[in-house]
Formats: sequence, C-alpha cells, structure tokens
Amino acid sequence: MTSTAPIDLSNRRAPGFGAFNLTALKLEIRRLARNRRTILISIVVPVVFFLAFGLNRSYDTQTAGSGNVSAFVMISLALYGAVLATTFGGAMVSLERAQGWSRQLRLTPLSPVAYIAIKVLTALVLGACSVAAVYLAGVLTHKPSMPVDVWIETGLCVWIGSLLFAAFGLFLGYMLPSENVMQFLGFILGLLSLIGGVFIPVSQFAHTIQDIAKFTPLYGLNQLVHAPLLGGSVPWTWPVNVVAWLIIFGGGAVWRFRKDTARV
Amino acid sequence: MTVTSAASGTVQPSGGLPLAVDLSGVHKSFGHVRAVNGVDLKIVSGEIVAILGPNGAGKTSTIDIILGLSHPGAGSVSVYGMSPRHAIDRGLISAVMQTGGLLRDLTVYETVEYTASLFAHSQSPREVLQRAGITEIADRRVGKCSGGEQQRLRFAMALMSDPELLVLDEPTTGMDVEGRRNFWAAIRKDAELGRTVLFATHYLEEADAYADRIVLLRRGRVVADGTASEIKAMAAGRTVRATLAGASEAMLRDVPGADQVEIRGETVLIHSRDSDATARYLLTQTAAKDLEVAARGIEDAFIALTGDDAEPAAPVAGVAR
Repeated sequence: MTSTAPIDLSNRRAPGFGAFNLTALKLEIRRLARNRRTILISIVVPVVFFLAFGLNRSYDTQTAGSGNVSAFVMISLALYGAVLATTFGGAMVSLERAQGWSRQLRLTPLSPVAYIAIKVLTALVLGACSVAAVYLAGVLTHKPSMPVDVWIETGLCVWIGSLLFAAFGLFLGYMLPSENVMQFLGFILGLLSLIGGVFIPVSQFAHTIQDIAKFTPLYGLNQLVHAPLLGGSVPWTWPVNVVAWLIIFGGGAVWRFRKDTARV
Repeated sequence: MTVTSAASGTVQPSGGLPLAVDLSGVHKSFGHVRAVNGVDLKIVSGEIVAILGPNGAGKTSTIDIILGLSHPGAGSVSVYGMSPRHAIDRGLISAVMQTGGLLRDLTVYETVEYTASLFAHSQSPREVLQRAGITEIADRRVGKCSGGEQQRLRFAMALMSDPELLVLDEPTTGMDVEGRRNFWAAIRKDAELGRTVLFATHYLEEADAYADRIVLLRRGRVVADGTASEIKAMAAGRTVRATLAGASEAMLRDVPGADQVEIRGETVLIHSRDSDATARYLLTQTAAKDLEVAARGIEDAFIALTGDDAEPAAPVAGVAR
C-alpha cells in the first residue's frame, strides 16, 4: 500500500472565477424551485393579491400617471413578490449553514465571493419569476393599462430594485441561525411592505406615521418603481433611502459573512 | 519522528517529491484548552495513516488544521508543499467529514454534480457514484438516504477531484457493522490505486485493520507512531511461548528482553519487551521448540498509551517520544 507512484502536481490548477459556474447556479435555482412554500409565498400569493385587489371595478377607469390604478397596484404587488423572492433566496444561506453545507464548500475551490454571487443570482431569478407572474396576470386580465415602455421600465425597476432585498436576505440569513427564518422573514416583509406604502399609499397615513414610513427600507424603492408610471420629478430622498438601506444590508451581510467564514 | 521501522521510517520524500502532509510544532488552543500541543506529523504519498485517540485528544483539531479549516496558533502546516487552501483549490486534498455537509433537497446525483462543477478537473459523476457504490440511489433525495448512504455520498464527493490525499474524520461514526465494513471496503479499494489516506478514529479495530501506520494522540500530543504491531508491542510487549524442558526461572530471567517469566510444566511463557531478541535467543541458544509470539491486543496498547496514568515524557519501549 506504500507504493509511491510519482505524482505530478503541475497539471493541478485552481478553477477560474473562484469556481463560479453555471452548473452550480442551475442546481441552486432547481433547489429554490423545489421549495413549495417559497414558490407559494413569493409567486402565487402576489398573483392572488393582484387578482383580489387590483381588479376593482373602478381601477381600470381611474387614471394614475400615464396609466390606470390597476397598473399601479400591479406594480406594487410585483414589488411585494420580488422582495419576498429575493429575500428568501438570500436567506437560504441560513439553512445551508445549519446543514453544514457552508463548511463543506470550504473544502472546495469555491470562493466565498463566487458563492455569494451564485446566491444573489439565484435570488434574482426567483425575483424575475415573481415579477413576470404578476405582470402576466395583468396582461391576461386586460385591466392594467399603461404605455408599453412603462410596462418594461417598471418591471425592470422592480426586478433590479429587489436586489436590495437579496442583500437583506443574506444579512439575516447569516445572522439568524434557526430553521424558522423563512416564516420570520415573511412576517417582517409584510410589516415593511405595509409601512413602506406598498399596500396603501403612504400619503394616506397619519402625519407622524408618514414621517416614520419615509425611513423604512421599502419606502424609497416603492416610490421609485412607480415613478415611470406616475411621471413627475423624483425627490432626492427616494434614491437616498434605497442607497442607505443597500449600504446597511450589504454591509451587514459582508460583516456577518466574514464572521461566518473566518478561520478560527 | 522517532520510529525507525521500515513502514514508517520512510519520512524523507523520495525524488524531491513534497510530503503529502507536513506538520511541525503545531499548537492550537481554544481559550485555556490546548487542543493540539506540539504535533509533528509527516506523511509521505501512498501511506494509509490512522490518527487514533480518545475523544478530546485533538484528532479533529489536527485534521481541521490540515484541511485549512482552522489556523494553527503556532507551528507550520503544508500539504504537498503548499498551504492547505492552495491544495484544496487544486483539488489535491479532500475530506469526508463526520456529519452534515449535505443539502437535503438535492438528489445524490445532483450533489455530486454540484461538487464536480467546483473543480478545474473532476471525474465523471457517474463513475464516482459507482466507485462509492451508490449508483442505484443516484436519483434519491439526500434527505431520504440512510446514514451509511450519506456517508458514501460524502466519500463520492471527496473523490470528485481525484485528490492525492483523502482525509476522513471519524468516517464511520453512527454506522452499523455492515455499513462500516462496506465503507471501508470502498476506501481500501480506492487506496489501492495509490491515494494517500489519513483518517481519524477512536475505533481501535479500525485503525488496526485499515491503516499502515497509526499515530496515537493523547491530550494534543503524539504519544506513539508506528505500525499497528509496533504500537501493540511498544505498550505491552509480546508474550513468547515455547516448549522447553527443564527450564528454571533464574535461567529464563537472563533471556534478552525478558520482563516476566512463568513456567507451566514443559511450557515457558516469557513476557518480553523485545520479542525478536527473546525468540532468537531461545531458538539459537536453548532447546526451545514450538515457539509462539503473541501480541497483546491493541486495545491494551491503546489504554496503556492514552490512559491518564501514562507518562508521555517516558518513552515506551524506546520508540515513542
């Protein structure tokens, strides 16, 4: 058993891009798609909400910017779905840590940055499905109306904006150890959507609540994704809100992640 | 290294080849607990080495350092002449961990496929599944696999990069006898191809049956290092039994290596710390015949070397440091 066959180390090399690859991405997306609860909450529920609340008899005649109120509600619910999807996608790291998968990956060439990139892209794929499902429901019901370029613009804004919540999901996924993280996040996102004006416009809140709402993570994003429909100027407070929360969530994710992958 | 036997004395790399593992003066503390307290370990390519020790002896801490999962507080570690991280990036070293490390929602095949995708060079997933003996459960969800099946899946994942060194940390914990035997059969078959294998275990019989060399750890130190039979002999010596008419106790005590002697009719029993010398003397200088040399069980050796009353500073039979 001690026969020492000459070994050649020269043909051994490390993979490029920190081992980022499409096979791993494909398998991650497949995992997410297998999780029925995630699909139900982030795709089915927003569509059902749209069918329940976005098709009000008066909504197709009431105008909202360059479209109608039905289109406005559709954008809101697409945002709600996309935010749930990307948060869940990011928070999957919590389950992976609990199962020891993160540790297993440290025995492979996969770099931590490549791992995070795969997680974020997976979250964005689910987010895109969520937006597409709500928009498809809009197309099929013929109620929402807005110019074609606004359909596309708002859809892209919602999708790209949901990246903020992929960071949120990663942050909490690294911070919360339990397997119940998904239920907890569903609850938190419901609250943030409510106070951020996704379900009811912030302008209908009492003044004090309005002031508080403007500092919550979904406020800026919700305002921005409706801007292409409503037109008008964009106050600096909206993008500042989004950037500030991106720094908080992104920084938090990096901080927890470093702590998690630090060698002891 | 103080063992000078044929099996384990070949610590010098041949032909300028780097050592598979080279730990020197490695220390690791967790708070006030010294998990690893000055371990030197050199493993050449092709060896099958067991790290044997009771719980808390520092086996897992030592393995984590070799795998780059933790940093030694002092001392140096290199794997094939490079840092563990670089060796992992190049697929030179892989490991089968005790528990965890699997995603329940992937199938067996997908898990292997995922692992394969992370290396610059990897083997075909189908082939590796076959070598690990889990082809027939390829489409089963990992969460539905038994402990033994999961362990063979971990083994398949570890084979993916065709590593030069395979590290197993108590790989058969929680397996039944059958599962353990199948698992080791797969490892043994694989090692015949020349792979270096390092495993930690607290099962004595596992170290005895599957390793070429046993490194005994106690309280973070190497207390013995040699072949299984050397380990047995160094703690307990051997018993030499022969038929010798008319022997006297006084005469037997002068036999080289003899510690204790016993005479039962025509049978003499000599407990010897150097059974080779004892046997040679008996066969050449006396009329002894029907000579038998029996080692004490490795379990006795294990207890003698790792028990709290063992004094690590005192070399046992001149072979352990």
